[in-house]
Amino acid sequence: MNDARQNPLLPLELKSVALTIGGRPLLSGLNLKVTTPGVTTILGHNGAGKSLLLRLLHGLGTADTGTITWGRQSVAATAVKARQAMVFQQPILLRRSVAANLDYVLQLPHARPILSRKQLLNLASLSAVASQPARTLSGGEQQRLAFVRALATGPDIMFLDEPTANLDPDATQWIEDLIKNARAKSIKIFLVTHDIGQARRLSQDVIFLNKGRIEEHTDAASFFHRPKSAYSQQFVNGVLPASPQSAQ
Amino acid sequence: MQDFRQSFSHAAQLIADLDPTLIEIVLLSLKVSLTATLLACVIGMPLGALLATRRFFGKWLVSVVLNTLMGMPPVVLGLLFYMVLSASGPLGWLQLLYTPGAMIIVQTFLVLPIVTALTKQIIEDAWSEYQPLLQSLRVGKWGSAQTLLWDMRTSLLTVALAGFARAISEVGAVIVVGGNINHLTRVMTTAIALETSKGELALALALGMILLLIALTVNALVFSTRQRVTV
Ligand SMILES: Nc1ncnc2c1ncn2[C@@H]1O[C@H](COP(=O)(O)OP(=O)(O)OP(=O)(O)O)[C@@H](O)[C@H]1O
Ligand SMILES: [Mg+2]
Repeated sequence: MNDARQNPLLPLELKSVALTIGGRPLLSGLNLKVTTPGVTTILGHNGAGKSLLLRLLHGLGTADTGTITWGRQSVAATAVKARQAMVFQQPILLRRSVAANLDYVLQLPHARPILSRKQLLNLASLSAVASQPARTLSGGEQQRLAFVRALATGPDIMFLDEPTANLDPDATQWIEDLIKNARAKSIKIFLVTHDIGQARRLSQDVIFLNKGRIEEHTDAASFFHRPKSAYSQQFVNGVLPASPQSAQ
Repeated sequence: MQDFRQSFSHAAQLIADLDPTLIEIVLLSLKVSLTATLLACVIGMPLGALLATRRFFGKWLVSVVLNTLMGMPPVVLGLLFYMVLSASGPLGWLQLLYTPGAMIIVQTFLVLPIVTALTKQIIEDAWSEYQPLLQSLRVGKWGSAQTLLWDMRTSLLTVALAGFARAISEVGAVIVVGGNINHLTRVMTTAIALETSKGELALALALGMILLLIALTVNALVFSTRQRVTV
């Protein structure tokens, strides 16, 4: 409904993507096609490979085998990378003021800002602390700054790696509003989260990763009502996986 | 004992009177060492940043050489530049030997390894944190080096001060290529060495006090910037 503008980087396609580091297969046999706009959520246990997958999708690091394409262009193409932005699991803020963090990105040669610094500060409700060193912000404020800074380049794709981990419900609400706002601007979002409620609230479709493999990729409604694989069923229902100790 | 007390009061008198000889020596010292430190920072800081952020074949060798040069005795460096700058040396035609220019060059090379190695260390730490972000933002190698240098500027100020402290306090290099010529290449440390050997302690003491004061100021500056490098 809101995607009047066709996202030039869709569809995303992965063909037999695999990544092995130090003899450990961390991602393997990934085949995937994402055509829908909105929020695609990546779920899975700690160490499942979610952050690694996001990095590969963003072209930070390359897969050992297989191909990743965005709108039929290679993930390595400059035109693709310049239109993506990432918010890292640990926010990386420059040792500068809040405003200078935004200016830094707004002035990049490939930036196509749609919002001014003032608008971005307003959006994140950080106007009052604009001149404060970014690293002295609270955790929630840092996440908000990292988010609007990623938004500042005017991306078509945003990768969000657990943007609300460690945040209280209010701060989480803030970030979710920012996500909805970005979605309304027809920015495609890839979200990693451990918050099932959040995934239910925001997702268009869900990718369930398990030990470096895609267990399931379906639209959100089916995933949460009738997950196909046993693993995703347990995950959705909040069943803890059998630990080695309890198995004995 | 009487002699020493006399020397001290004479030294204090020299400082209080702003004795022209004393001032001339102090100003030349500052000029040579500040210029050398500045040059070393202009070359060494970008170099250190590039060493920290780029991977290339033989990088470890560069690090080992740098760290070795950091501890190089100034007099050996002086000897090296004496040979290069002497009339029969490769750069003899510049006729720089026994001029302040030669002293600036030799001190630049004395400070350069310190500035480069310390910068590399500081930038490496920041780079390991910034790398994913700068890669994600498509900031190139030079842009990344620039960003890191700017963001670490308070730490880098202490590097510059450490380099200056090394330059202003060394004797060996400047005496060999400068020759300690009165009114031309005589700086604080070389003057102290000469005056002391002549038994004329007043000027030596006065210069020593000023040198101490400079060292004190530099350390106070380092200390106060360290306090601010928390964020
Ligand atoms: N550079 C690397 N070298 C070796 N192993 C790595 C590297 N990066 C990630 N791994 C391993 O890959 C696996 C997946 O890591 P990843 O960070 O993608 O997990 P994740 O699904 O994001 O987990 P979490 O929910 O805890 O963030 C982990 O076992 C991790 O130890
Ligand atoms: Mg992760």
